[in-house]
Parts: sequence; C-alpha cells; structure tokens
Amino acid sequence: MMVNKNNDLLNILEMLVETPGPSGSEHLIRTKIEEEIRDYVDEVYTDALGNLIARKGKKAEGGKRVMVSAHVDEIGLMVTHVDENGFARFIAIGGVSPLTCVGGRILFINGTPGVIGMERLEKDEQPSLAKLFIDTGATSKEDSRIGVGDVAGFERPFMNLGKRLVAKSMDDRAAVAVAIEALKTLKETVNEVYFVFSVQEEVGLRGAITAAYGVDPDVGIAVDVTRTGDTPKGVKMDVSLGKGPAIKVRDSSFIADPRVVRWMVEEAKAQGLPYQMEVLEAGGTDGAAIQRTRAGVPAGCLSIPCRYIHSPSEMVDFDDLQQCVSLLTGMLTKEIEL
Amino acid sequence: MARKVENAKKYSPKLGKKELELLTRLSNALAVSGDEQEVREIVYEELKEFKDCMHTDAMGNVLVNREGTGNDRVRVMLAAHMDEVGMMLTKEDGDGLFEFVVVGGVDPRQLVGKPVIIGRKHIPGVIGAKAIHLTTKEERERELKVETLRIDVGLNGSNLVEIGDRATFATSLAVLGPSLRGKALDDRLGVFNLIQLLKNAPENIDLLATFTVQEELGLRGAKVAAYHFDPDIGIAMDSTPANDLPDFDGEENTRHNTKLDGGPAIYLMDGATIGDRRLVKWLTESAESEKIPWQYRQPGRGGTDAGAIHTARAGVPSVSVSVPQRYLHSAAGMVRIDDVLNTLKLMHAALLRLDKNILNPQERK
Repeated sequence: MMVNKNNDLLNILEMLVETPGPSGSEHLIRTKIEEEIRDYVDEVYTDALGNLIARKGKKAEGGKRVMVSAHVDEIGLMVTHVDENGFARFIAIGGVSPLTCVGGRILFINGTPGVIGMERLEKDEQPSLAKLFIDTGATSKEDSRIGVGDVAGFERPFMNLGKRLVAKSMDDRAAVAVAIEALKTLKETVNEVYFVFSVQEEVGLRGAITAAYGVDPDVGIAVDVTRTGDTPKGVKMDVSLGKGPAIKVRDSSFIADPRVVRWMVEEAKAQGLPYQMEVLEAGGTDGAAIQRTRAGVPAGCLSIPCRYIHSPSEMVDFDDLQQCVSLLTGMLTKEIEL
Repeated sequence: MARKVENAKKYSPKLGKKELELLTRLSNALAVSGDEQEVREIVYEELKEFKDCMHTDAMGNVLVNREGTGNDRVRVMLAAHMDEVGMMLTKEDGDGLFEFVVVGGVDPRQLVGKPVIIGRKHIPGVIGAKAIHLTTKEERERELKVETLRIDVGLNGSNLVEIGDRATFATSLAVLGPSLRGKALDDRLGVFNLIQLLKNAPENIDLLATFTVQEELGLRGAKVAAYHFDPDIGIAMDSTPANDLPDFDGEENTRHNTKLDGGPAIYLMDGATIGDRRLVKWLTESAESEKIPWQYRQPGRGGTDAGAIHTARAGVPSVSVSVPQRYLHSAAGMVRIDDVLNTLKLMHAALLRLDKNILNPQERK
C-alpha cells in the first residue's frame, strides 16, 4: 500500500467529508472551515447567503483579483411529512438518485440517525423517491425526533484505500480540501485572492451567484469534481482517476474562457504536472455563475476526477488531489496574463 | 432575535365591505403576465397616499419605498405578484374564432368549456368543444390539446379583440360562507395583503413593497425589483396549493402541500429557494407568540419571487409565506377568509418585532 505523505491534506479531507452540510444547512461545515483557515488569511467573512469568503493578499502592480470557488454543500434530504407510525417522507436536496438511497444510512443535522426503506414495488417498477421513506426508529409521530423541514446528509465513514480515497461528499469537499491547502501554501503573490467556500451549489449555483457579485473578481476559477470514463462499460469520457488534474473546456453550464484554460495548461506544463482536458457532457459548476456576474468575468474550472459522483461512495485519487493543490497554488502565485 | 412588542400597535385585520370590494376588483381584473396594467391601476388608486414614494420601473413592477422612523431599521422587501396565468390570442381563424397559447402554468384539461374574458375591455368569449351529442367514445377519452382549441368571441367580437390580447377565465369572486371562490387569487391575495400592510405598516422597518410582474413566467419582475431595492431581507407573499382532500384509499395523505384552515404556509424549501432558517424561525415564533395558526408548506417543487430576490446582487436572506388555496391556476380557486386574514396578521406581527439581530450569522442554523 502506498503511504500517504501529505497528512495535512488527508486529515482536512477526512474532517470535511465527515461533517454534514446539505445545501442550505452549511453552518457546521462552514464553522469547521473557518477554524481551519482563519490564521492563514487577511480577512474572512460570511455573506448574506452563507458563503464563507476569505481574502489573501492585496492587489499589487500587475496583480488581479481572483475568485476561487469550491462549494461546501452536499446533496441531502429534507423531511416533508412524518406519518402516524413515525415514518418520514422526504424530498431530495440536489441530485439524489433513488437507486443510491435504498438501504442507505443518513444523519440529520440535529443529530438523529436514520435508515431509508422502500415500499413494495410492482413488477418492473423503478424505485422513485416517492416510494422511499426514512425510519428513525420512532414508533409514532409523537416520539419522532424529526419533523417537517429537518435536513439529513448521507452517512458513510471515510475510507482510505491507499492511493484512492472514498467518502460521501467528495463532491465537493475534495475541492474544498484542495482550496484550503492552496490557501495555506500560497505565500507571496501580486494577486488579491478571494477563496470562496460557496453554499447551495447543488441546487443551482446559488451561493456562487451572489458571492461573485460581491467579490467582483477580474478572473474566476471553480474547483469541483468531474466524472470519469474509466469504469467498466461506463460513459465515454476522456478523464480517468490518477491521470492528473482535469482542466475543464466545457460542461453544460458554461464554456470555460479559453484564456483561463490556457493559463491552467501552461502552469501544469511549467510544473511538469500531468493534466487532462475535460469535456463534460452534462453538469455545471460555480464557474458558470462567476462568468455571468455583473458585466462578465473570464472564468474556468479546475476539476478533480471522481468516480460514482452523487453516490455515498465517491472516489478520488490522492495524487490527483496533491497535483491540483500544486497547480492551483502555482496559478495564483504568479502574475496572470490572459 | 425578536424584540419585545409591549406597547406596539396591535392590528386586527378584517374583511369588511370595503376590503371585500377591493379584493373582488383585484380578483376579477385581467392581468395575465406581461400585461398587468389593470392591477397596477388598482394598486395606484389604493395607495394614493404613497404617491411620493411610489414608482413603476422599466418592467412594470410597482415599487413603494415606505420609510419607517428610528435607527437601525431593517429594509424589508415584500413582494406580491400582480400577474396571473392565462391565455394569449395568437391567430384569427375567421368566424369569431381565435387560436391561442397558454401563458404560465395552465393545465390544458382545465380549459375546455370555460367562459373567458379578453383584453382590457373584458370582451366575453368561450373555449368551446364539440358537443357530447356528436363525440365518439374515443374522442371523449382523449385529452384535447391547446392547439386544437379555439376561443370563440362570436361574430361581432372579432372587431373588439386583437392578436396578442390576453385572456383569462370569466370568474367573479364569490363569498361562500367562510370561503372565497375566485380566479387569480394567486396572487391577488398577496397584492391585497401587501396593500393592507402598507396602510398599516409598522414604523420600525423600511417597507419596500413590491408589486411584481411576470412571476408566472419565471420570477422576472422580482429579479429587477430586488436589484433596485437591494434589501436586507426579502419575503414573497404568494398562494400555494392545498391538496388536502382525503386520499381515495383511506391512506394518510402525506402530500397535501398545505391544508385549508391551517393558517399561513411558511416555506422551508421549494424549487427556487431554500428559506433562510433565521427568517423561518422568526415567522414561526411570531405566529406562536401571537397565537396565530400557521403551517409549514411541505418542502417541494415550485417557486416564488423569493427565488429571484435571494440571489440578487450579493445575496438577500429570503423566505416565502403563502395563503393555502385549493384548485390553483384554474378557473376558480378556493380559500378560507381566515387563512387570508391570519396571513396578514402574521406578517404584521412579525414585522413589528423585526430588528437587525435577525441577520446575526450565529443564528443561521
């Protein structure tokens, strides 16, 4: 088994993925991140929607104001009804597939654990969220510790497979870990870098929309996970785990600014890092929100290859993560010429 | 988070003759998305006393900036949309018949056989279909698509309407004991309540009242209005379905959305917004302390103007409060008068106890 040398990155990642934070309920994860970065930044604040925004550096001659955005929220569930026997019905927060719910374990923000059960299906019927329910062990509505509006995240421990790491919410805590490491590593820079730990990405990039308006950057980079095409009979896609950071060219939410793409490629080459060009058919990131704020901002996305996205067992490669930190830090350090 | 309200002015809303008259005019008015002039005129007429702080913006939203007194006032944007779903004439077929499209979310099954009114002059017409005498069994089982339907205005009507005119159902508001039956109660109830709130506005806040346009087409008016006001918090006042009839199989109805008589429906999450938890708590606590019945709207799909407000500029903590209504977006919805008045009462009581502590980031859980 490979030894993971970069323990800080690994420890932060483990802490991040084991903290629940479905969209709209990011207070726990936000607090943890703030504690982690407070000593390394010049300024940190939380905006009206709950985005945690940290500034490092001051714009100097030739420098730019850069917004780096990694979303802290994850997909989850919200209770819509608790019936007389204590079973709870729910809807998805973000893109939750019923296939990954059945038999799953969840943890409510209020600390209550639960499991997901399913009604009997008719022959050939596909499971849908309407057929699923949460069982928290309650025997009646009265003794249920959850009610309408309570929010839960999926519950799954962090698993270190050596080179590969597995957890729920690698989307997008892997990117949050990368951003935190880059933030800590970044020393001298002519740029004014705003690290935005955005909220409500999974329900429509909502946090990044308002954060981008508030920060008003000269250039923006989202850091997010992307799909891979390297699993048996999977989708055709030229991104694999372990082949380095993926540089997004386009997804269905935006076309990355070609100058930002070039900036990433050139930095990867300069550092001798492996990299892969990413063309994603469906999906979106905070990059789209940054690009279209105010009068427009050149924006791109640094992607971390990830298998089984939006399942409770998302898998990333540790080398990819470290190379992403290196690439991002390098990009932010130098004068940016677009 | 809530300040003490000991000597504050109590407000007991009622639906007297004057109020019912206003609500009737609002409900009966024709203001399909994109042509909200008729409701805009009623709003202006009702709010003459605010003429110095009221204007209509580029898209047609009516914005009223009612400033309060004292320090540290919260700037609260309250939005109610003036527009309703309906139809638009697209092509004349001759013989008084017009092709049309639906504007906003109208279930085509709701259209057949309904009397309608068209344009600013409320020209009467009907959405006809072949009489049952002449239909086959197969025809009766088939859903009639909008493309195959026509609005018939009669021969003389052709000269009185034009392509592009909006049409809506020809329903008049009726009082049915404790209930109201009418069209466009989504969201004329909100418009009505917002007018009442302005006239009885608490002094401790700046009330940024916004009568929005084109909500039914994608929250378009609220988007630019929120940009203009850049408020501290935003609240959409709307109406939401009550699917509260018993399940046919006797099972517990787990998807009622809201229930009539349950009081104002406070939103946790819909398709466009996750309600700010601080605002949800403020509303539920206000209702509890004033003993006003309230309910959560079940988290689900759909959207209100809050969806546009909360992402405006650098972000606005937002929430929605709706009057529960059966048969939304049809020719006739049904609401309880008590739910309307309790919504008004809750909003007033909540605003009265509002101060800047509401924005305390530590309370965001």
